[in-house]
Amino acid sequence: MVYIPHTDVERREMLAAIGVNRLEDLFQDIPEKFRYPHLDLPEPLSEMEILQELQFLATLNLNANTTSTFLGAGAYRHWTPSVVDYVISRGEFYTAYTPYQAEVSQGTLQAIFEYESMICDLTGMEVANASHYDGATAAAEAVIQAYNVFRKKRAKIVIAPTVHPHYRQVIHTYTQGMELDIVGGDDPTTPLDQLVEMVDEQTACLIVQTPDFLGRLVNLEGVADQVHARGKGTLLAVVVNPISLGLLKPPGAYGADIALGEGQPLGLGLNFGGPYLGFYATQMQYARQMAGRLVGKTVDSAGQDGYVMTLTTREQHIRRDKATSNICSNEGLMALAATVYMAALGKHGLRQIAELNYHKAHYAASVIDELDGFTVIKNRPFFNEFVVRCPAPVGEINAFLRNDIEELEIIGGYDLALDYPRLENHMLVAVTEMNSRHEIDLFAEALGAFPVENGRSHR
Amino acid sequence: MMNIDTGVRYLETHEWARREGNEIVIGITDYAQSTLSDIVYVELPEVGDTLAKGDQFGVVESVKAAADVYLPMGGKVVAVNTALEDTPELVNEDAFGAGWMVRLSPTNVGEWEELLDAEAYQKVVEEEEAAH
Repeated sequence: MVYIPHTDVERREMLAAIGVNRLEDLFQDIPEKFRYPHLDLPEPLSEMEILQELQFLATLNLNANTTSTFLGAGAYRHWTPSVVDYVISRGEFYTAYTPYQAEVSQGTLQAIFEYESMICDLTGMEVANASHYDGATAAAEAVIQAYNVFRKKRAKIVIAPTVHPHYRQVIHTYTQGMELDIVGGDDPTTPLDQLVEMVDEQTACLIVQTPDFLGRLVNLEGVADQVHARGKGTLLAVVVNPISLGLLKPPGAYGADIALGEGQPLGLGLNFGGPYLGFYATQMQYARQMAGRLVGKTVDSAGQDGYVMTLTTREQHIRRDKATSNICSNEGLMALAATVYMAALGKHGLRQIAELNYHKAHYAASVIDELDGFTVIKNRPFFNEFVVRCPAPVGEINAFLRNDIEELEIIGGYDLALDYPRLENHMLVAVTEMNSRHEIDLFAEALGAFPVENGRSHR
Repeated sequence: MMNIDTGVRYLETHEWARREGNEIVIGITDYAQSTLSDIVYVELPEVGDTLAKGDQFGVVESVKAAADVYLPMGGKVVAVNTALEDTPELVNEDAFGAGWMVRLSPTNVGEWEELLDAEAYQKVVEEEEAAH
């Protein structure tokens, strides 16, 4: 099947129009040896054969919807009410693109406006943008915003080592070439006080996460004042789990300048790692330095409500290379999903979900802590995720959970040694409303059955 | 009607400079403000910044566009027009007066001589107008 619609005549016309004899002449800047590489591919298959092949490969995956899973570390299995997929599947939303033309995009604009309003309510902040790709890119935009607030004169950025390791990597990737001095290290035991002490008058922002990557709640009461005072205005950016805000004080209530995070828990499903949603909010005085799209509500000449893109002079379709960000696509459909999710749950529903997460995680911690060889690290309060010291490398335990239990496959927690070498044998366990008590008991039972002798695995 | 102040000197990019004692006051021209239309935001440098001739010293945003603005002369910023934070429309109303942007202590007063006088600037504007 040929997918290229041009006829030979059309091609000749186009080549003649640009003054080239052959198509190959267009590629002459590419060294000859790279032009037509030999691809070692098998013979083509029919549609039926390829579908069967792919379906077979898909069966080799463990499906998080039907498998007990205790894996979190930044992406969480939550219940998605059916109304979420129903609304976002409507053609008007599903195929919508950036609503530059306000008069034909009122529905999309209103949805974004409502999303922004809900994110402001959730985080206690004054202005939220229409979203970023994911939590990691939102974190990188916080660094860039802070850098711009101080007119590129402050190059020091302090990042808590318990901010999600991937977020810290993405911040480094995004800010390459900006010659920033990113400090904070990667020792997860660094106390918050020590990070605050790193803030000086050359520091643009301090980024902390709560619950942090190890699931621990960080008490940020008073920290904004300290950071503002030490750094003469240094911004405090806080990475939060949106579900936790059903129970916990929002960043705006303790004086944060930027609140951001991964919006995936808001009804998005795990989606094989994406598409996700970066939510981002700040205080009104920084709206001009904030990246991303912004939708506002106004009235038209007849006094009727209308929605429009606002402060677009910050954006790349107007400001080109001087835009606040040149990676400013929003995750429109995912933002809509989060909006429907929040609207369906409401304030009380979100609190219930947060409580379920909290209580189930604490139940799981209590039963796992009773197992021989397994110890829950309990030095700080936690939300829905906690650290377990294990008697063997986490990879071995997870292989055991997947393969060696009769008639049961369990996806275990996250191996923290992958990011923090000193946390070898430490598993990060996530528990959400989706984990039943029975499932938690089976998980604990399975961990208890892991064969251990003198702290060494015998497998 | 385009207003061109004969008491100041100009840059081809539509900024003006006026000598006041040992200091230089800088803004954008009446032609620039009328081309931009309603100005909604002006970003200015910080007092104490030292900038060179030709450096971008701020951004002027209107309902139609955002324009970078450049320094006709280098120097140290001694004052900025803080009234523009809340009333950027002063640039539209009085580009050569209340709509001033930056006051600086020049690094090299010789740069004054390199600027366009009103007659030369008038030609720049006429050529731009003809090109449209």
